[in-house]
Amino acid sequence: MFKNPFDDRTTLQGTGCACGRHASQGEHDRQFRAAQVSAGTETQYETAVAGAVMRAIFPQDATRRAFLRAVGVPAALAAVSQVFPLGLATEVFAEGGAIEKPDLKIGFIPITCATPIIMAAPMGFYARHGLNVEVIKTAGWAVIRDKTLNKEYDAAHMLSPMPLAITMGIGSTPQRYAMPAVENINGQAITLALKHKDRRDPKDWKGFKFAVPFDYSMHNYLLRYYLAEHGLDPDTDVQIRAVPPPEMVANLRAENLDGFLGPDPMNQRAVYDGVGFIHILTKEIWEGHPCCAFAASRDFIETLPNTYAALLKSIIDATAFASKAENRKDIAAAIAPANYLNQPEIVLEQILTGTFADGLGNIVRQPNRVDFDPFPWQSFAVWILTQMKRWGQVKGEIDYNAIAREVFLATDTAKLMAEAGLTPPKEVTKTFVVMGKTFDPAAPEAYLDSFPIKRAN
Amino acid sequence: MGASLNLRAAALSVALLLVFLGLWHLAVQGGGTGAAVDPDYARLMGIQVTQGASAMPGPAEVGSRLWQHLSDPFYDNGPNDKGLGIQLAYSIGRVMLGYLLAVAVAIPLGFLIGMSPLVSRAIDPFIQVLKPISPLAWMPLALYTIKDSGISAIFVIFICALWPMLVNTAFGVASVRREWINVARTLEVGVLRRAFTVILPAAAPTILTGMRISIGIAWLVIVAAEMLVGGTGIGYFVWNEWNNLSITNVIIAILVIGLIGMLFDQLLARLTRMVTFPE
Repeated sequence: MFKNPFDDRTTLQGTGCACGRHASQGEHDRQFRAAQVSAGTETQYETAVAGAVMRAIFPQDATRRAFLRAVGVPAALAAVSQVFPLGLATEVFAEGGAIEKPDLKIGFIPITCATPIIMAAPMGFYARHGLNVEVIKTAGWAVIRDKTLNKEYDAAHMLSPMPLAITMGIGSTPQRYAMPAVENINGQAITLALKHKDRRDPKDWKGFKFAVPFDYSMHNYLLRYYLAEHGLDPDTDVQIRAVPPPEMVANLRAENLDGFLGPDPMNQRAVYDGVGFIHILTKEIWEGHPCCAFAASRDFIETLPNTYAALLKSIIDATAFASKAENRKDIAAAIAPANYLNQPEIVLEQILTGTFADGLGNIVRQPNRVDFDPFPWQSFAVWILTQMKRWGQVKGEIDYNAIAREVFLATDTAKLMAEAGLTPPKEVTKTFVVMGKTFDPAAPEAYLDSFPIKRAN
Repeated sequence: MGASLNLRAAALSVALLLVFLGLWHLAVQGGGTGAAVDPDYARLMGIQVTQGASAMPGPAEVGSRLWQHLSDPFYDNGPNDKGLGIQLAYSIGRVMLGYLLAVAVAIPLGFLIGMSPLVSRAIDPFIQVLKPISPLAWMPLALYTIKDSGISAIFVIFICALWPMLVNTAFGVASVRREWINVARTLEVGVLRRAFTVILPAAAPTILTGMRISIGIAWLVIVAAEMLVGGTGIGYFVWNEWNNLSITNVIIAILVIGLIGMLFDQLLARLTRMVTFPE
């Protein structure tokens, strides 16, 4: 079957057997299999997968041997076991084993970013994959984090920087977290109070009070980026506060805020209630930026791999469904009731179809105002990390690519996307443009150095 | 005279309520029709823009919505949408559980503190530090250590309801008249019997006053705790409706929270009157 990839003495051409102790390769294999069966199927399985991972890391036999001779087999096994459970999970996907735990609880924040997670419940995507999922509305991001960490929730809707922050242990105790799917791309906006309708140039915004939903959010990084590109220092020239989304609209009405970069439906709700207008959509800052994410702890992925696979498949199916423009009206109707977003249907319809009132009397048509693409590009994670470092949330050296690989599980998603009839990209990183500046994920430090406005690190 | 005083007070209450409702109604009258807008655009906007309605609901609107809630209080549309009755039942259940736990700890401990000046002085600094801590300050710590939001909410009620009962019980026990205890001593009444037959009845009114303060605090705490934790309960209902920016439902929740709080308070007040004695 397999040559043992942990054996640095394996011969490459076939005289005798691989280990040299048997007369032929056939004899060696029989002995090897017998040993494996006696060691139990579990070990056999682990050996096979560890082997696969080993081969994937060192496709060249010569380098593998050199590595094994240098560090020894136990150290190599330990190194591989870091990525091993992922391999196990991946293997099990292919087999589609029995679901270990069909009754799941998933937490969400009632914003349109959670659309695939929410609509999968009323529209039957979870049921189709044999799961009975309860989606539970949660009061805030910190509560989502704590309830997932203490296992009240099996998985959750999170802001895409959160699994990175949790894994690195910033803002919470470190826990190994994973983000196998992006929930939505685009879909945010900068909303300003109506009284500022003649002050559209960000250079006039000195002294403004802004809100974002959470410190570790795309909203925070995009707003800071936008302001800094217009020459405003987001820490000294304006005030940026973390405010829960519903309070953003109320504070805008009370003239306690000048604007916010918030999640929908709050931008459209501010327009609907006549207290604000949409200054720009975030897609104008970075077309196709990720926002919210579907996240689960590594612990969940590793202990319940089949359940995780079924869950991720449901989410990817739902995301594929949501990405089609013709389904958006139905989705708005499905997620509007009190059980989910608890908003007027017309507000959600405007957001999801992209034909919306901007608050200044115009009807704008932007069909991809919010879009859905689950693929967790690892370069998205690298970009987020550069911004965490830029604004002083992370200090010192960080291994951008290692963290991105650990958290943004692109390989699993690509496989399931292909099964769901989508076309996943072949690469896991890509370059993209944020406000005219190209981001090269291979050179994050150079990108960071190119900004005139940043915190010293 | 008494009856007529009650009658006149009731009439005055009703008059005050009517004046309040009338002023409220007038205050939230919108400024007529909004500016003329393009009908296509108007379709996408709320009534505040199209009809110039006030963001604040009037009493009639609150009344009719309250009627809707009261006529179907126990519906259950899944984990995030339950009737007002069910939400209240969850909250009351949590409050009772946390409160009874606090009673079970506070009264024996209060007796101990009240009967022993040594323990009293030793424990006093701890009580003084722990008493003023807000429920919301306990919540993250509880969530982090207990790792269960339901139990955390009950723990927070317990910890906040504990102190007033403890302090009042200790005070009530400590201030039982020396003569009565001395008489019991001369009659060679044992410690346990003395506690139950002499001190408990004498301190009962003070203890119940402490319990009455505590139930009020417990009911205050549950709304804050449920707003933070989410899931079920009247606090979650407020948060959920706030999320929807539905001021009408928030007002209804405030009204209901007030009524239930009053009921709790009256219940304990009645119990206090039952154990009060003339000296």
